[in-house]
Amino acid sequence: MPATPTRRRSLALGLLLGCLPALACAGQAAPPRMPTATVTARVDGLSLSDIAWLRRDGFGLDSATLTRYRQLGRTRFLDGELAGADDTLPPQVAAQIQAFPVVGTPLPALLADFRDRQKQYKDTPAGPAKDAAKKALAQYRRGLEQQAAQAELLHAIYGGDQLKEQMVWFWLNHFSIYANKGPVRVFAADYEERVIRPHALGKFRDLVMATLQSPAMLVFLDNVHNVQGKTNENYARELMELHTLGVGSGYTQADVQQLMRVLTGAGLMPPKLAMRGGRFGRERPGVVRDGLFVFNPAKHDFGDKTFLGQTIKGSGYAEIAQAVDLIVRQPACAHFVSQQLAEYFIADRPPPALVDAMARTFRRTDGDIAAVLRTMLLSKEAAAVGGHKFKDPMRFLVSAMRLGYDGQPVPNALPLVNWLRQMGEPLYGRITPDGWPLDSASWTGSGQLSKRFDFARVIGSGRNRLFAGNDGSGAKLTNDPPPGVPDLQGSALYRDAIAPRLSDATRNALAQAKSPMEWNTFLLSSPDFNYR
Amino acid sequence: MNRREFLLAAAGAAAASTLSFSGRLLAAPADSPRFLLVFLRGGYDCNNLLVPCGSDFYYESRPTLAIAKPAANDPDSAVALDAHWGLNPVVRESLYPLWQKKQLAFVPFAGTNDLSRSHFETQDHIERGEPLGHETNYRSGFLARLSGLLAGVPAIAFTNNLPLSFQGAGHDIPNISLKGDPRAHFDERQAAILSGMYKGTLLAQASADGLALPKTVSADLRNEMVAASRGAPSAHNFAAETRRIATLMRDQYRLGFVDVGGWDTHVNQGSTTGGLANNLKNLGEGLAAYADALGDAWNDTTVVVLSEFGRTFRENGDHGTDHGHGTVHWVLGGKVAGGRIAGEQLAVNPQNLLQNRDYPVLNDYRDVLGGLFARLWGLGGGQLQTVFPQARPKDLRLV
Repeated sequence: MPATPTRRRSLALGLLLGCLPALACAGQAAPPRMPTATVTARVDGLSLSDIAWLRRDGFGLDSATLTRYRQLGRTRFLDGELAGADDTLPPQVAAQIQAFPVVGTPLPALLADFRDRQKQYKDTPAGPAKDAAKKALAQYRRGLEQQAAQAELLHAIYGGDQLKEQMVWFWLNHFSIYANKGPVRVFAADYEERVIRPHALGKFRDLVMATLQSPAMLVFLDNVHNVQGKTNENYARELMELHTLGVGSGYTQADVQQLMRVLTGAGLMPPKLAMRGGRFGRERPGVVRDGLFVFNPAKHDFGDKTFLGQTIKGSGYAEIAQAVDLIVRQPACAHFVSQQLAEYFIADRPPPALVDAMARTFRRTDGDIAAVLRTMLLSKEAAAVGGHKFKDPMRFLVSAMRLGYDGQPVPNALPLVNWLRQMGEPLYGRITPDGWPLDSASWTGSGQLSKRFDFARVIGSGRNRLFAGNDGSGAKLTNDPPPGVPDLQGSALYRDAIAPRLSDATRNALAQAKSPMEWNTFLLSSPDFNYR
Repeated sequence: MNRREFLLAAAGAAAASTLSFSGRLLAAPADSPRFLLVFLRGGYDCNNLLVPCGSDFYYESRPTLAIAKPAANDPDSAVALDAHWGLNPVVRESLYPLWQKKQLAFVPFAGTNDLSRSHFETQDHIERGEPLGHETNYRSGFLARLSGLLAGVPAIAFTNNLPLSFQGAGHDIPNISLKGDPRAHFDERQAAILSGMYKGTLLAQASADGLALPKTVSADLRNEMVAASRGAPSAHNFAAETRRIATLMRDQYRLGFVDVGGWDTHVNQGSTTGGLANNLKNLGEGLAAYADALGDAWNDTTVVVLSEFGRTFRENGDHGTDHGHGTVHWVLGGKVAGGRIAGEQLAVNPQNLLQNRDYPVLNDYRDVLGGLFARLWGLGGGQLQTVFPQARPKDLRLV
């Protein structure tokens, strides 16, 4: 970041104070300040404000990110991310993800297999064979969900474009699905890889349409059951309340019911028909297909609708695009999405001026997500309120892995899935469609801090199964020697990006560590690591 | 110094305080009532729990979901409670005995005046406990305000996350989920170093409690866990969890919260079998286990079960029900004046539905709980206004 040395020094000091963790949230009395840290204005080409900015831009720091940032500077680094210029994975990790059947198998085949297995179990006569079949089915079902969660965690930890990775999680959470409902677990990996990921930095409208037509959402929020004469308003309501406009933004119960009518007939193909390339409804006009998605005019309510004050003429599939356009162009939508983004990235109560600026960008660019993020991440308002966000478990886990292993692939990602579940924020595990809360207060209860310290120990001690199989045999999954206890204290990453901004309290704790394991545990448990 | 003064003093000196969690905990007076709030998230279908079996309209409205009128020779028929109401037979073994002992009451037509029919909006509204449209603090829950008024009534949430009900108390309210493995992993020295890093921050108390609570809990639960779950660290059903809750509520806490999810039954909800039936059975067994595990302490225990709203009175096209309005609250306890349907009621017919869709609310939850809290702890009008601003506490003589 170009700045004169004197200005940089004072800026760094100001930001350092702003970055001190655990200070008061707006509206609350300020607690005593933490002892000030040793001020180092600039470390090897990176100012403290650069580090603070990077800790927000990505899930967490690793060496590759610091190197690229040093080369490009903030603006070019950000623009590269927004353009998806370095959306890469280490080859070993890419292969690991591709090897998961939920990623590598076409969806219709995956769904057909799921249904076949369920039917097989149902048809098995009662007795020991049925008991065994039940166990096998449960294991298979659990496997689908675990594979999908592993794929997303591996992306988050190793993905080169960390801003995009955070956005993939953000949208997965914003358009939340619950794997344990019916066949949603079959669709979860597809939802992340092919529905959310391609649109994570694109146009918001395209993202809404992609989720609307996704098998995961169609099943989770029941629009597969929303047909003429037998309607279901579940998705119609949440589409406005949770995905786009926000509750209390002015739409009515009548709007929900009108949107429900618009959405009648949007559902899924029978998988075996989709596998055959299907002639389902080909000859009938008005059928629209895309993968497993089908719009079936025979199940659509063709009456005219009055929605958000406008008339939507009964015309079939086109009504859906018309309604979505109407929704995403409401000022409430620009504001709602901007507010959520700012809560996730910046502060529990983000400065209204920041949210307004983001909402203006949203409207000016017709909902261009990358442009809205650019406004947010380069704004002075955002820079001024750093250090108050307590990491949610996903951010904690991913940032701890990035710091601890610094790009080294782990052959077994399953433990990560279980750790996240135990910390209370499992992927595809939120039963209600509102997604996990974005505010810090939701993750700072005593029970959650206790779990956080526990998993700081599990990761920091290196005593885990990331380099071993899950069968309990202790068999190695790789020829490389397992890394043992991560050497955080001796790493350049610690020296350059963490040590310069540590508080005295954390330094004191680290000085009392009796082993590298304890040292790591304390660092990963510290307020300095957990706030950003 | 009572607990409240003590806590305020402790909070004022938070930066310097070295009090551990256990040091802060004061023994509750022997005669202090115990209260547990059970929040059913998702809007449970009250019409298939407390069945309006005296209403022909119910049977017309639910061709595939209705539960049959009580019949002596049909085990799948409703269990008759009075001329108008029956119970889903899946809770015959668990809840009906409590009803017979007059330790269980139902309050139908209960809920809020929030008509958004949104889960999240309505849950938040209920947990805040402020009048609709006059919210002043989005981070203050009614149980937290109640806790602030009660000396010697230690509070705890048996959840992974501190629920909104308990947020904004001004003193730390611990939370711990008893579903999983609650064992402690740090020794005294490590715990002191870890909490030392948070000294003087907003998380000072929470981190200290977080490190101390698993120790206390593991010690407390050791016997129970071995006995009830054969040493398994995870509770496999709600009954296993409520037995653990009972251990803590019997020995250490007086004000508790737990939530149960999975009630949003838009599709194929079933009647006496299926998803909803399984959930109700699990819930009923959990509450019966709670009563059993508390032993004598059940006699000064009150449990309230509530949910954000009821569901549509008529079944939808998918053998399920959609978001509705009025619901049925449950009140259980050793000294509860139960065996009755309490509160204002209406005949169940099409004319009395709200918007021709769902139950109206005649018994506002703030009024009902306010009346109950007044009787439990002898709270005065001003104190009740702190808990539920602008409510008009209604004394249903439930305890």
